[in-house]
Amino acid sequence: MSIFEYNGSALVAMVGKECFAIASDRRLGVQLQTIATDFQRIFKIHDRLFIGLSGLATDAQTLYQRLVFRHKLYQLREERDMKPETFASLVSALLYEKRFGPYFCQPVIAGLSDENKPFICTMDSIGAKELAKDFVVAGTASESLYGACEAMFKENMEPEELFETVSQALLSSVDRDCLSGWGGHVYVVTPTEVRERILKGRMD
Amino acid sequence: MGDSQYSFSLTTFSPSGKLVQIEHALTAVGSGQTSLGIKAANGVVIATEKKLPSILVDEASVQKIQLLTPNIGVVYSGMGPDFRVLVRKSRKQAEQYHRLYKEPIPVTQLVRETAAVMQEFTQSGGVRPFGVSLLVAGFDDKGPQLYQVDPSGSYFSWKASAMGKNVSNAKAFLEKRYTDDMELDDAVHTAILTLKEGFEGQISGKNIEIGIIGSDKKFRVLAPEEIDDYLREVE
Repeated sequence: MSIFEYNGSALVAMVGKECFAIASDRRLGVQLQTIATDFQRIFKIHDRLFIGLSGLATDAQTLYQRLVFRHKLYQLREERDMKPETFASLVSALLYEKRFGPYFCQPVIAGLSDENKPFICTMDSIGAKELAKDFVVAGTASESLYGACEAMFKENMEPEELFETVSQALLSSVDRDCLSGWGGHVYVVTPTEVRERILKGRMD
Repeated sequence: MGDSQYSFSLTTFSPSGKLVQIEHALTAVGSGQTSLGIKAANGVVIATEKKLPSILVDEASVQKIQLLTPNIGVVYSGMGPDFRVLVRKSRKQAEQYHRLYKEPIPVTQLVRETAAVMQEFTQSGGVRPFGVSLLVAGFDDKGPQLYQVDPSGSYFSWKASAMGKNVSNAKAFLEKRYTDDMELDDAVHTAILTLKEGFEGQISGKNIEIGIIGSDKKFRVLAPEEIDDYLREVE
């Protein structure tokens, strides 16, 4: 079994009209045994920039710590928040630095630009960026997430509809995956606010 | 070693609290050829004298204004060889920033890094301070910017500044002529007039250099023919 599937995870980010949503499951397992049901995989970098880290949980936490460190230094040096594109390049560079002994994580990055243009992207564990206009997925449930998102995504959704779509896609996908689930954690980010919601799903 | 118990770096505080080596470096700058810069509403211009030791030197082979990135240019007063070292280090810094963030380095960041190098050379052993002051002109998201960096490593943002021989005359001239709403073309004219003030001999496209950057964010060193065109407009 791949080390990427050791803890299990499901991550998805979707673009709406001047907004985006990023969602994950809440399970932390060790292979088929569930250890925790309130695990956090999505992290806030600043008010309009989020990163989700799928894959090996220990590496996700270490990587998050390094990213916060780098972003805080950047804020002090440049007296501004990072643009989503810039942050994606930083993550990519940090991952590629460890090309021959990588962090076993597949990140999903979602942010709003200063002009309220949503940005989403994902990359592999060695930092090869993949940009998308509609949605990106990662984790052990990624195959079913692709299917659900392909079927449910519409362009220019308002925040409320976007929340509904992301949540339905996530919940139906984790039901098809043994390694992720136990509800979900959804962030919907608009130019004015961040809405955070905890979902209950099939808790088994 | 051994001739003195106190073989510290050359830049050790004198009892009066001065670092004489830095003052000497500033003297080297002060006796160098005049350079100046003006920040206009829609761009920046930097200019310098280009006096060569002999008429036999091919003036096309000397470039005193250099690009650090496509949107940042730099000129110096003082020692040419020291300038080349700083240009090389600054370009490397700019490339490293670009490699990490995939976006051009902001002018303030590059100036700070360059100033940090100059400061290091006032506190390290076995080195001397740089015998140059720099004028850095750039255009980024924060608009047109002009910085002066001194051998001590201190830097300031200027609306217009001058350095080298005739600083005080040039600065007085700029103070009289400068306005906030100046356009780039006016700034080039003012730059030429300021240089002309303290210029010994006949000014021409071949014995001065001018670099401009406008809202296209592309720094460009003017060709001698273009300078001649501007010179005709001034007269």
